[in-house]
Amino acid sequence: MLEIKNLHAGIGGKKILQGIDLKVNAGEVHAIMGPNGSGKSTLSQVLAGRETYVVTEGQVLYQGGDLLEMAPEERAREGIFMAFQYPVEIPGVNNTYFLKAALNAIRKHRGEPELDAMDFLKLVRSKVKLMEMDEGLINRSVNEGFSGGEKKRNEIFHMAVLDPRLAILDETDSGLDIDALKSVAKGVNALRSPQRAMIVITHYQRLLNYIVPDFVHVLSGGKIVKSGGKELALDLEAKGYGWLEEAV
Amino acid sequence: MIDTIQETENYAASYAALEGKRGSQDPAWLKQVRRSALDSFLRLGFPSTHDEEWRFTSVAPIARVPFQLAANAKAPDSATLAQWTFGSWPGIQLVFINGVFSRELSWNPAASTGLSAGSLAEAWATNPSSVQPHLARYARVSTEPFAALNTAFLSDGAFVRLPRGCVVDEPIHLIFLTSAEAARPQVCHPRVLVVAEANAQVRILESYASLGPGVCLTNAVTELVAEENAFVDHYKLQRESLEAFHVGTVQLHMGRSANVSTQTISLGGSLVRNHVNAVLDGEGGEATLNGFYLVNGRQHIDNHTCIDHAKPHCSSHELYKGILDGKAHGVFNGRIIVRPDAQKTDSKQTNKNLILSEEALVNTNPQLEIYADDVKCTHGATIGQLDADSIFYLRSRGIDLDSARHLLTYAFAGDFIHRLKIDPLRAALEASLFARLAEGREDV
Ligand SMILES: Nc1ncnc2c1ncn2[C@@H]1O[C@H](COP(=O)(O)OP(=O)(O)OP(=O)(O)O)[C@@H](O)[C@H]1O
Ligand SMILES: [Mg+2]
Repeated sequence: MLEIKNLHAGIGGKKILQGIDLKVNAGEVHAIMGPNGSGKSTLSQVLAGRETYVVTEGQVLYQGGDLLEMAPEERAREGIFMAFQYPVEIPGVNNTYFLKAALNAIRKHRGEPELDAMDFLKLVRSKVKLMEMDEGLINRSVNEGFSGGEKKRNEIFHMAVLDPRLAILDETDSGLDIDALKSVAKGVNALRSPQRAMIVITHYQRLLNYIVPDFVHVLSGGKIVKSGGKELALDLEAKGYGWLEEAV
Repeated sequence: MIDTIQETENYAASYAALEGKRGSQDPAWLKQVRRSALDSFLRLGFPSTHDEEWRFTSVAPIARVPFQLAANAKAPDSATLAQWTFGSWPGIQLVFINGVFSRELSWNPAASTGLSAGSLAEAWATNPSSVQPHLARYARVSTEPFAALNTAFLSDGAFVRLPRGCVVDEPIHLIFLTSAEAARPQVCHPRVLVVAEANAQVRILESYASLGPGVCLTNAVTELVAEENAFVDHYKLQRESLEAFHVGTVQLHMGRSANVSTQTISLGGSLVRNHVNAVLDGEGGEATLNGFYLVNGRQHIDNHTCIDHAKPHCSSHELYKGILDGKAHGVFNGRIIVRPDAQKTDSKQTNKNLILSEEALVNTNPQLEIYADDVKCTHGATIGQLDADSIFYLRSRGIDLDSARHLLTYAFAGDFIHRLKIDPLRAALEASLFARLAEGREDV
């Protein structure tokens, strides 16, 4: 589904990603861990199409096509979803109105009929329930005045409604209490399927008890320095990252 | 430099011609008001940019045009008129052509008890005691040249009076149409007097438009008196052509516990200067001065507001928001005076500007003059572009770039638009905003 080859990217002359190679197949869940500043968010932003990051080398293939050639909205319409580490507050833009516009843009692109207000509301209600979200949040301005946990839930709620093929979750678990963590995991697990893939970025092994990954990668200094199965996360939890950096 | 004598001569001549024609039917006090206003105008002349109040707005484009006083024009046909009326207006609509009341075009359904709404000239002829105590008593005729000029040419206008306790449920629409002809630049001086007596309540919209293309100047003055505990919600909508000039004053005079809000919406005009002045002259008054401007091309829009807190325990709220595209230039100057007596004043001023192009420009300036010590006054101004993080967030969910920009632009305007309490006005403003956004897309 996704193939990243020797990806180099940076910002304002600063090199951040220094040769990433990663292959993600449909049905797989990949966890990416790594110290602060190692480039995890940069990788997810580059995959989502943030233009402030400049790709200097390498290639990204998504469903056989050149991902880096696509505008952010095209990527979304082709099924890529990125949950932001820091979701943006957008005063004056209604959460539901925006989500309906987004979903219908995606459906139109897929050649599916647009949802009318009634059907959309039905869909939203079912996802709100799945996410155990406060219904009040869906009619407020996007993320405005939401607590940290509410913002993260809202991201997963968006994901549940938009039904992506490849979901990239950037530290969606950071700052969550255990109940919020469980409902986020529930939202994510509901989406797991043989047709879909996920990249889950996290600092904490804890999340991986609930979202069990097929692979764990360690990103350090803009490179993947180690890959393994889910046990790797436990090692990292116990030993930290120091031993890996020394090994490089 | 403008030669003051040269530029004002034309107006002195048309004043003399008009007075000659008027004959003797007008009351003597009115003639006196006009005469002294003309003297003020001739003394003051057109302001120059050396004048602090006019630093960012040159009126040279107005002063150098030999405007002719717009005479009684032919009534517009119903299709033309329909552009400026709202399809389903629930209340009274009065139409004024070049400032003169048109009974044929106006629609005045069974009025509320006691309400007067109609021609100002008719009111001063038939009921001078309701007009004379107020007319030209509040606007700054002796210091503000355009208000003086308007007053010198006082011939008619709108008069709305609500006697004590009169509550008008449906909004009143005053429509001012200025005729324009490519070959002959015309000027008119619309005038409005609103008197809301104690406990009265009304909602009023003034809207301004040009009849056809061509250079014209609309020089409007509104005086609005809200007596004790009166409640007035006032709107001024400018939709003139892109060749039109508009200079206007809205002067609010508020008594004890009066509550007045006024919203100034500027969409049209090449050069627009709005003065909105409020005097809170009784304890416990509450004034809201809001504004919205949506400008493009080479439009110049200047909003000068002045809130004079003369008595204690009054509050004022001010929110002006502007969206500027192309090479448009916006000016906001918000003066707030708190007199020594006006303890416990609570005043808040905000001016926010959204710049959609590289070349649009805004000058914004708060001007606080506080002479009392126990007061709360806050002010803030922002000038910014659409937020790149927000645009990316929306796009990353599947919204295209144009739609993302439109959503955010609309969101910026939203907190002004949602406050509008007249449904057809809100709908019209939304439509203008969408039309403007769609135009922007074609330019890309
Ligand atoms: N917009 C930016 N401008 C300048 N430097 C940036 C920018 N974004 C990221 N960086 C730098 O790039 C490096 C990688 O940042 P990135 O956010 O990708 O790290 P991360 O692995 O997500 O870290 P964290 O675990 O703290 O979220 C850091 O040194 C960061 O300071
Ligand atoms: Mg990060």
